[in-house]
Amino acid sequence: MFRNTYDSDNTVFSPQGRLHQVEYALEAVKQGSAAVGLRSKTHAILLALKRSFGELASYQQKMYRIDDHVGIAIAGLTSDARVLSNFMRQQAMSSRMLFNRPAPVNRLVGAIADKAQVNTQEYGRRPYGVGLLVIGQDKQGPHLYEFSPSGNSYEYYAMSIGARSQSAKTYLEKHYESFADCTLEELIKHGLHALRETLQQDKELTINNTSLGIIGPGGAHEENVTAEGDFRILEGDVIQVYLDTMTPKETAEGAQAPPPAPAGAPQAGTGDEDVQMAE
Amino acid sequence: MDHFPTNWGRPRNDAFDAYGTYPIHQRAPVKDTFAEGVQHTQQPIVTGTSVLAIQYKDGIMMAADNLASYGSLARFKDVRRLHAVGTSTVIGASGDMSDFQAIQSILDDLVTDEFTHGDGHDLGPAEVHEYLSRVMYARRSKINPLWNSLLVGGFRDGKRFLGYVDLLGTTYSAPSIATGYGAYIAIPLLRAAVDGKQDQLTEENAKKILHECMRVLFYRDARSLDKYQIATVSAAGVTISDQIQIETAWGFAEGIRGYGAQTQ
Amino acid sequence: MTSIGTGYDLSASTYSPDGRIFQVEYANKAVENSGTAIGLRVKDGVVLAVEKVVHSKLLVPESNRRIQTIDKHVGLASAGYLADGRNLSNRARDEASGFRENYRSPPTLQYIVDRLGLYVQAYTLYSSVRPFGCSTILGAVDKNGPALYVIEPSGVAYGYRGAAVGKGRQLAKTELEKLKFDELSMREAVMEAARIIYLVHDDAKEKDFELEMSWVGTETNGVHLPVPKDLFDEASRKAKAALEDFE
Repeated sequence: MFRNTYDSDNTVFSPQGRLHQVEYALEAVKQGSAAVGLRSKTHAILLALKRSFGELASYQQKMYRIDDHVGIAIAGLTSDARVLSNFMRQQAMSSRMLFNRPAPVNRLVGAIADKAQVNTQEYGRRPYGVGLLVIGQDKQGPHLYEFSPSGNSYEYYAMSIGARSQSAKTYLEKHYESFADCTLEELIKHGLHALRETLQQDKELTINNTSLGIIGPGGAHEENVTAEGDFRILEGDVIQVYLDTMTPKETAEGAQAPPPAPAGAPQAGTGDEDVQMAE
Repeated sequence: MDHFPTNWGRPRNDAFDAYGTYPIHQRAPVKDTFAEGVQHTQQPIVTGTSVLAIQYKDGIMMAADNLASYGSLARFKDVRRLHAVGTSTVIGASGDMSDFQAIQSILDDLVTDEFTHGDGHDLGPAEVHEYLSRVMYARRSKINPLWNSLLVGGFRDGKRFLGYVDLLGTTYSAPSIATGYGAYIAIPLLRAAVDGKQDQLTEENAKKILHECMRVLFYRDARSLDKYQIATVSAAGVTISDQIQIETAWGFAEGIRGYGAQTQ
Repeated sequence: MTSIGTGYDLSASTYSPDGRIFQVEYANKAVENSGTAIGLRVKDGVVLAVEKVVHSKLLVPESNRRIQTIDKHVGLASAGYLADGRNLSNRARDEASGFRENYRSPPTLQYIVDRLGLYVQAYTLYSSVRPFGCSTILGAVDKNGPALYVIEPSGVAYGYRGAAVGKGRQLAKTELEKLKFDELSMREAVMEAARIIYLVHDDAKEKDFELEMSWVGTETNGVHLPVPKDLFDEASRKAKAALEDFE
């Protein structure tokens, strides 16, 4: 099971200068269902695939509001994400309290990245097991950031994290140049197409398993959006209108058959099993 | 929530209630051996008098004389009571000058800290004013105030800002504000000349109005000086002038009983 | 690598029988695999430049900076684990602002480097932490003039006229040694820095990269700032042209 003797402890460098515990934490992110983020000149949006663990269980929560101008989507350990989002909320509130200023998004992401770095360097800790996509807006417009357990954070035009996110990334890389001038509806359609790439073969996006987070002015199908375009999470019936815009998969531009599920991976009868177990 | 896991589950006070089992209100207060020797500020010592500030069509303007008094003694005559904070804000202080110097260094550190982020999110006058009000209110809540009345003015993103904050943490905004003696003497003059006309007021006229008020204050305020500076904040940034001399005529004093030579 | 499997290389608090601390050496390995960073100290200022490896084309250009500002007059570029570099730069900021709080004057770079060196060294002493996986170049203009230092994972810090860390350091050092640092102006140094970064980047083997440069000195009124766009573009253009001549 162990790859080598240098991987059981996060305070040990391998002879190649690698940190295996950190790399394994990045794997934990891939255990969670996928989240996709993208941005245009006016909007930043998040889409996430929610899992349900059985007929009687509700769908998991994949998105959190941090402040009026910031929201996150998560992939990985939900409990770690709750600690991080709690911390971000405190930072955001403190900025409003001290300066009456919405916290700059890059600083919120930087603050949790700095927290995460400490967990990669000191004994008795483990790196966080969750990746975040953070969207927000400030004077410079909408932003999209990725936070990862290694303590790094980057700003992207579009990004995906979580299980089979590589397929979504392939879609995003093919189309990202057109995102800047998209309307909100077009941007959501791209996001749904990207998110769909992470599904298992027989699954579809539904109003139950899809979360949509938006920052930016209200779209054609939205009501009661503030003038500032504050962060909002759309779930349930209200996203049907967006799902209806999707191009059916066979004819969808750039859609490829998802990687075949490994034999025996999905266990029957456990509901919406979406994990592709590592070998 | 305490976000730093090293603090979790640690005893709070080894000598008493080592495992934090007591409710907060029953725990022993943190006791400083020298607590009785520690005094809080009861009064200002070296003081500056009024600060005046007005909005005008291109931004804001602020004036303060260069005197720091020690009681009634005119102790320091070249004190600068106007201070630039970053590139779009200026503050002016009356009250205790050492407290003001402490505030200056707090703000300078803050500006440096913001600069090092290098992300273009620097602090404007509104943010500085909010921050100062938090500092002032926190100190007064510890019954240890920073003994000042401060004006914060600036110009950013095409908008003027002018605000007041004092040792109690009280704040307000207006087109013309004055602290100290100026709040009695200069405010009626400033309001008549500025309020409602701030969009028409030229830089030259604004300067003239402030100059007039500083002259009146020098005549009336026994803790004032005939040398002052003007700070201007506009789209061009912050400029603080050289010392300006007020010309005065004291011929009338001759005839006032108890002022000039005693004739009877 | 003879150290592997001996058991003497699992902790920073363990010497090997021949007196080496392998964990520190492994930390250096992390630096050697990272994008190159260089610094030039010339007569009237300091220029920092890094080769930022672009791991995805979805990254927003110019947004993810690798050169940090420590104090108004101090810049920092790191190679290796970027998150470790950020930890160090936060520590450096604390040291700088602590100095200002105590002495009401800007700290010298020597002071910051001394303090930061002690901090880095402390992480080579214990099994409960790992050393920093980054080498750090610090540049500043202080009351003693322009200064440039490198702090290594072991905690040692040396002053340099030209410094290079990361993957392309050997070639970069060779190029730096040809320069006459006492005669270069800041603008000329920017040109040289861009040229060297373009030169050491291995197009065949590596992914795309982005050049990032900052400077501090007489050109910037003693403030550490990104190199302005027009000069940056000129330097990149000349660097690309020089690269074609070179090949």
